[in-house]
Amino acid sequence: MSALAVKHLWKSFGGLNVASDINLLVEPGERRLIIGPNGAGKTTLFNLIMGELTPDRGSIHLFERDITRVPSRRRPHLGMTRTYQIITLFARDTIERNVTLALLGLSKLRWSPLLALHRQHQLVTSARAALERVGLDHIAARPLSQTSYGERRRVEIAMALAQNPRVLLLDEPFAGLSIDERHDVHDLLIAIPRDVTIVMIEHNMDVALDFADRITVLHYGKVIVEGTRAEVVADSRTREIYLGD
Amino acid sequence: MNGRHLALGLAVVALASIPCEVSGIYYVNVASQILLYAIFALGVSVLVGYAGLVSLGHAGLFGLAAYGVAYLLAAGHGHAVAVIATLAITIASTAIFAALSLRATGIGFIMITLALGEILWGLAYRWISITNGDNGISVASRPSPFGFSLSSAVGFYYATLAIFLLAIAAVFTFVRSPVGAALMGTRDQPRRMNALGYHVWMIRFWACLFSGLLTAVAGILFVYYNLFISPQTLALTSSAEVLLMAISGGASTLLGPIVGAALVVIVKNVVSGYIERWNFMLGAIFVAIVILMPEGLVPGTARLWRLGSGVMRGRLGAAAGAKSSGAKQ
Repeated sequence: MSALAVKHLWKSFGGLNVASDINLLVEPGERRLIIGPNGAGKTTLFNLIMGELTPDRGSIHLFERDITRVPSRRRPHLGMTRTYQIITLFARDTIERNVTLALLGLSKLRWSPLLALHRQHQLVTSARAALERVGLDHIAARPLSQTSYGERRRVEIAMALAQNPRVLLLDEPFAGLSIDERHDVHDLLIAIPRDVTIVMIEHNMDVALDFADRITVLHYGKVIVEGTRAEVVADSRTREIYLGD
Repeated sequence: MNGRHLALGLAVVALASIPCEVSGIYYVNVASQILLYAIFALGVSVLVGYAGLVSLGHAGLFGLAAYGVAYLLAAGHGHAVAVIATLAITIASTAIFAALSLRATGIGFIMITLALGEILWGLAYRWISITNGDNGISVASRPSPFGFSLSSAVGFYYATLAIFLLAIAAVFTFVRSPVGAALMGTRDQPRRMNALGYHVWMIRFWACLFSGLLTAVAGILFVYYNLFISPQTLALTSSAEVLLMAISGGASTLLGPIVGAALVVIVKNVVSGYIERWNFMLGAIFVAIVILMPEGLVPGTARLWRLGSGVMRGRLGAAAGAKSSGAKQ
């Protein structure tokens, strides 16, 4: 039983292969780190897994279910949620409203044209709870435009956690953060219970190294090395393409 | 909140008392025009303001509804049949238009809606056996729903006012509903909305249908108001005009399209009596709005108000501060 399986995945843009025969097997509860230099195809791999891009060949399985043909908008309903490297939030709304939208996305209420959204107490309560997990409940009513970059990162994570995913894809959750903010986010991720499987992309290897159970090194759309932390760090190919200079 | 309810109540009373306040039916008719164009502008604002989709084909749908009623009445059907059938036809056409236009967003959406609007305009001009071409179709009389005659200016005004209040209530309910929130989400971050589990295309499609319904209602009121419809109503300039109403007032506010409709109708009807070049005047007003309040009259005024009251409070605070520091000494 695997939480997420990617099998022989191929994708090219014209002559450029961004995914060449990628295989990935993530166990339930595992913390998987995907690293690689700029342009290695890490975010593209997430886009393929989430269904925002269609693979040329290969298949994607979520808890043994083939979801290759499932539209990307259905995947959160099956328990797969992602965050974005470039913060993608609703800038005109409050923090709480951002999280409420994440909750509403999985609720049947989202098709209702008659109810008043702010009166849906179970959504509001759940949104507050998700914000409490990331330590932002005290500024829930603040407009997103008045928040710091670090707070926005945490809103991203709160939105993902609010959807109660089984598989969580984190795209560079530490990008652009100060050292203090990194510690906050790091503690936050450590506190996520093990019934959530996490796949995380990180550009800087040292930031998230201790977080990972296993590490996959991606380079030019290919899996170069995969193994435990010690194995990957010790591997000469990792050093060559990644730590080399 | 209570202040808001009070303002709403006062506004309704003011609107209801217009026929008693103004002298002569001319101004009652201007008020009816404002209300029916406000419904039209509200319909456009659902797409422009809340969905972020700019349509240049709405005059086509507006005219289709007007022609629908005129044609069915001329063919000998009753008012009820004509109105209900026209609503159904216009919404069905909106669905087809939406399915075609929503293949794109941004400029693509504008161009497809523009083309579809032009097709309807061309049909109104050239399909003479149905539309009577350039000559248009006249409507013999206004209906008397539930025994309430709309043939007088005042009677028509009250009917338009009732429908207008219903339209506002509908848009208000829609905007604060989950679908409304989702629609604004698809305007700001469509990709994120998709990744959060929303059906972005379907949400936009429903918004188009709602917009089409309001447009159809306005079109039916228009043909009953004028008792005449000709191809000119479907022209691109009409689409641009209603778009300007929605945008100049503030398309993502409830009040904005109403203010915009009032502005355009008043300049067209009243100011044109004093100034021959009223088109120039309207253009100058739009340019001034774009420069001074690019977000529209209603949000722009609210911003200035906040700024003004902020300055006042700042001064009062500074004065109080000076006093207390003076007391210390």
